[in-house]
Amino acid sequence: MDLSLSTRPEGERTVVDVAGEIDVYTAPQLREQLVELVDSGRYDLVIDMERVEFLDSTGLGVLVGGLKRVRAHEGSLRLVCTQERILKIFRITGLTKVFPIHDSVADAVASTD
Amino acid sequence: MAEVELRIDPLTSHVRTARQVAVALARRAGVAPDVLDEVRLAVGEACGLAVALQRRDDDPEPVVLRFEDGDGLAVQVRGSTGLAVAQGEAAIQLLSDAAVTDEDDDEALPAGAALAVLSELVPGLQVATGPAGPRLELRWPPG
Repeated sequence: MDLSLSTRPEGERTVVDVAGEIDVYTAPQLREQLVELVDSGRYDLVIDMERVEFLDSTGLGVLVGGLKRVRAHEGSLRLVCTQERILKIFRITGLTKVFPIHDSVADAVASTD
Repeated sequence: MAEVELRIDPLTSHVRTARQVAVALARRAGVAPDVLDEVRLAVGEACGLAVALQRRDDDPEPVVLRFEDGDGLAVQVRGSTGLAVAQGEAAIQLLSDAAVTDEDDDEALPAGAALAVLSELVPGLQVATGPAGPRLELRWPPG
């Protein structure tokens, strides 16, 4: 399946629900979504990746780009992911040290660190 | 021993097709089910890299993936964008430097990351570059 994206506010934060495959073809859609959010003043993002079926390095690049953008506004970008096959890619690339990764949206939204 | 060759125009939308073919053939070749995700990701990264290089240079030639099943699955990914000749680590570095995406793109991670992911997933990864383009060889189980 392709990528499907939806967003919803959760207090001060915005949850981006991502489902499907994030790859070299679909990653630009995710990038546009993140750029749009930051341009509209949403700087604290929670990206729910529980329904992501595939993630490649291009997708990682878009997430890192998103992180840079929100940080430029002193914002935050948190990920929600418990899928081992997706987490593995963050570990391989050392990005578990870069992104706060949470077990649930509730946990990410409540997080203050 | 059976061979399958897949030629794709350098369109990012075709990379997914290449991944699906790779997984189908890996399954058929008896690659362990828990390794199929690695095959999917690694072939996607290798193919995506070749496609990205050609798109950068407006090179319309197809990217060719050749699959050979016998004792596991061997995959060769060939692009046509000519690069300086190098083998092994030097070729990886060269590809990594060459495959940087758009200038106006602040997401500089992908080029190096694709190769980092590949090296981690494919212990026997062979990379060569030459005037005829890059060539990546992946194998499961590692030969």
